[in-house]
Amino acid sequence: MSGSEVRDGDRRRTARWRDWAVSFLALVSRDVTVLGREVPSFLAQTVLQPFLMLLVLGTVLTDLGYLRPDYPSVLLPGIVALTAFLGACQHTTLNLVFDFSYTREIDDRLLAPAPTALVALAKVVTGALRGLVAAVVVTPVAFLTLGTWWSPAECLVAFVVVLAGSGVGAALGMVLGTAVEPSQISATFAVVVIPLSFTGATHFPWPLLAELRWFQVVSALNPLTYVSESLRGAVSPEVPHLSGWISVPAVLGLLLVFGLLGVRGFRRRAIR
Amino acid sequence: MTGAAEAAGEQGLAGVDRREAAVVVRDLVKRYPGRARAAVDGVSFSVARGEVFGLVGTNGAGKSTTVGVLTTLVAATSGTVVVGGRDVRTDPAGARGRLAVVTQHHNLDRSLSVRQNLVVHARYHRVPRRRAHDRADALLERFGLGDRAGSRPDRLSGGQQQRAKIARALMHEPAVLFVDEPSTALDPRARLVVSEVLGEVNARGTTVVLTTHDLAEAERWCHRVGIVDRGRLLAVDTPAALGASAADAVAVELVVAPGPVDGPGAVVAGLGSTAGVRRVEVAPAAGTDGAAEGTWLRLRLLTGADPTVPLAEALEALRGWACEVREVRVSRPSLEDVFLELTGGAGR
Ligand SMILES: Nc1ncnc2c1ncn2[C@@H]1O[C@H](COP(=O)(O)OP(=O)(O)OP(=O)(O)O)[C@@H](O)[C@H]1O
Ligand SMILES: [Mg+2]
Repeated sequence: MSGSEVRDGDRRRTARWRDWAVSFLALVSRDVTVLGREVPSFLAQTVLQPFLMLLVLGTVLTDLGYLRPDYPSVLLPGIVALTAFLGACQHTTLNLVFDFSYTREIDDRLLAPAPTALVALAKVVTGALRGLVAAVVVTPVAFLTLGTWWSPAECLVAFVVVLAGSGVGAALGMVLGTAVEPSQISATFAVVVIPLSFTGATHFPWPLLAELRWFQVVSALNPLTYVSESLRGAVSPEVPHLSGWISVPAVLGLLLVFGLLGVRGFRRRAIR
Repeated sequence: MTGAAEAAGEQGLAGVDRREAAVVVRDLVKRYPGRARAAVDGVSFSVARGEVFGLVGTNGAGKSTTVGVLTTLVAATSGTVVVGGRDVRTDPAGARGRLAVVTQHHNLDRSLSVRQNLVVHARYHRVPRRRAHDRADALLERFGLGDRAGSRPDRLSGGQQQRAKIARALMHEPAVLFVDEPSTALDPRARLVVSEVLGEVNARGTTVVLTTHDLAEAERWCHRVGIVDRGRLLAVDTPAALGASAADAVAVELVVAPGPVDGPGAVVAGLGSTAGVRRVEVAPAAGTDGAAEGTWLRLRLLTGADPTVPLAEALEALRGWACEVREVRVSRPSLEDVFLELTGGAGR
C-alpha cells in the first residue's frame, strides 16, 4: 500500500466521522427543540418535589429543632444531586418507552445515516442536559430556601459533578427504558426509582451509616450515592463524606458501565 | 418507465448486472425469536437502478419483514443484502444514507409539527438548513399539506399522515425509495398524487421498491413484480410475462339472458360441453336493468390461449338456444389470476 493510499483512507475515515458528527448534532438538536417546548411542565415535574423536601427538611424540621442546625449543608448537595440524577433518569426512561411504543416514533432517527450507537448517545446527552437544567434551576431556589451559598469556585466544581451525575442518571434511564415494557413503566418507577431517591445518600452522609451497617450496604449499591457524595465533598467538605478518590472514579465508572449497557439495550430494541 | 421495464424484462433476474443493481438480496432468511416458521425464508432478487420493483403477497407473507431488513431496521438471520452498493450488515450507516423508507405504520415524530418532521429528517441526513426548509415547503405543497404544515401528526387523517410520510422520505433525495403499502388509506385523488410522485421520482432516476396487495396497482406501477407467499419468492418477472405464463387462464366473459326454453342451468351445461371451453364459471350479473333483474347471467368461459374458436362456437350455441347476448369480452390473465394460481387459489 502506498503512502497516498493510506492518507486517502485516513481522509475518508475523517470525513465519515465528520458526517456522523453532523447527524449526531441534528439528533441532539431535535431533542433540544422538543425539550425547549416542554420547559414549564418539565420544571413543575422536576423542581417542585426537591423544593418541598428542602422546605420541610431543611427549614421546617431544622427550625423546630428536630434536625441539627448544620443539617442544610448535608441536605443541599444531596438534593441537587438527586434532582439532576432523577431528572435525567426519568426523562430518558419515559422518552425511550414512548419512542419504542407501537408508534415507533424513533424509526426516523434510527434511519439517520450514522451508527445506531450514536442515536443512543444522543438520547443520553439530552437526558443529561435535562438533569443539568433541573439542577441549575433548583440550586438558586435551594440557596434562597436554606439561606446557604456556594462560592463561584464551588459552583464551578458542582457544575462538573452535576453534569457527570446527570450522565449517570441518563445512562441508567436508558438501561431501564430499553429493558422495561411500556406497560410496566409505572411499576418500574415505584419499585426502582423511588427507592433510588431514598437510599442515595441524599438526606444523609454515607460514612455516618457505619452504625446502620445493612443500610450502608444498600446505599453503597445505589449509583446516586456516589453522585451525592462527590457533590458533598465538593461543596460541603466540612461534613462527613466519602473520599473523592472513591466517589469520583465510581461516578465515571458507572457512567461507562451504564452507558455501555444502555447502548446495548438500545440496539437490541432498535434493530428487531 | 416503459424503457426501463423492457430492459429489466429482457435481463430477467439473473441478468441484472450486480454493479448496476440498486438492491441485491441473496438467500435472505429472517426468523423472529420464538417463532417456529421463518418470516422470510430464503429470498433472492435484484432490483436494477432506475427500476420500480413490486413485492406482492398476502397478509403475513413477509413483505414488511423483507423491507425491514433492506432498510437496516430488521437484522437478517442469514443471507446478504446490498442497498445502493452498501452491505446493510457491515455498513448500515452507509446504506441508510442512500435509502428512504415509508413504513406501513404511521411513525411520524409526534413531538414535532408536520413541517418540522420534514426539516428534521433532512437535517439527520445532513441536508443544509436552507435547502431543507425550501424543500419541505415545496413537498408539503406538492402533497396538498401546505395548510397543515404546522399541525401535529396526530391531528392529521390517516391519508394525510401517509402523504406526510412520503414527503418526509423524499426530503434527502434517496437513491432507493422503499414504500410499504403506498396507497393504504389514501383517497382516489391522493392515490393519483402518490402515483404521479412515484413516477416523477423514478423518472429522475430513483429506484423504487414497493409492496402491495393491490395487484392492479402493482401491474400499473411496477416494471417487475415479485410474488411472495409464506416467506418465499414464488416468481419474479414483468407483469406481462407473468400473465403470459398463465396463458391457460384466458377467459371469455359473457352476459346473457337465457332463452324461453332453456333455463340458466341448461345454458351453463351446454356451454361447458362446447369445443374449446375448459370450464364455465357463473357470477351474478351486476348492472342489469331493473325489469330484467335476476334473469341476466354473467359467465366466464375459460379457454386456451386463443379464444377465437370457442367464442364462435359459444355464440352459435347461444343463438340456437334463443339467448340474448348483452356483453362479450375477452380477458387476458391478470396478475391477480397468476397470483391466485401461484399462491394456491382463492379459497385459501
Ligand atoms: N416483530 C415481529 N416479531 C415476531 N413476528 C413478527 C414480527 N413482525 C412480523 N412477524 C411475523 O412475520 C410474518 C411476516 O410478517 P410481515 O409483517 O413481514 O408480513 P407482510 O407481508 O408485510 O404482511 P401485511 O400484508 O399484513 O403487511 C408474520 O407471520 C408475522 O406475524
Ligand atoms: Mg406489511
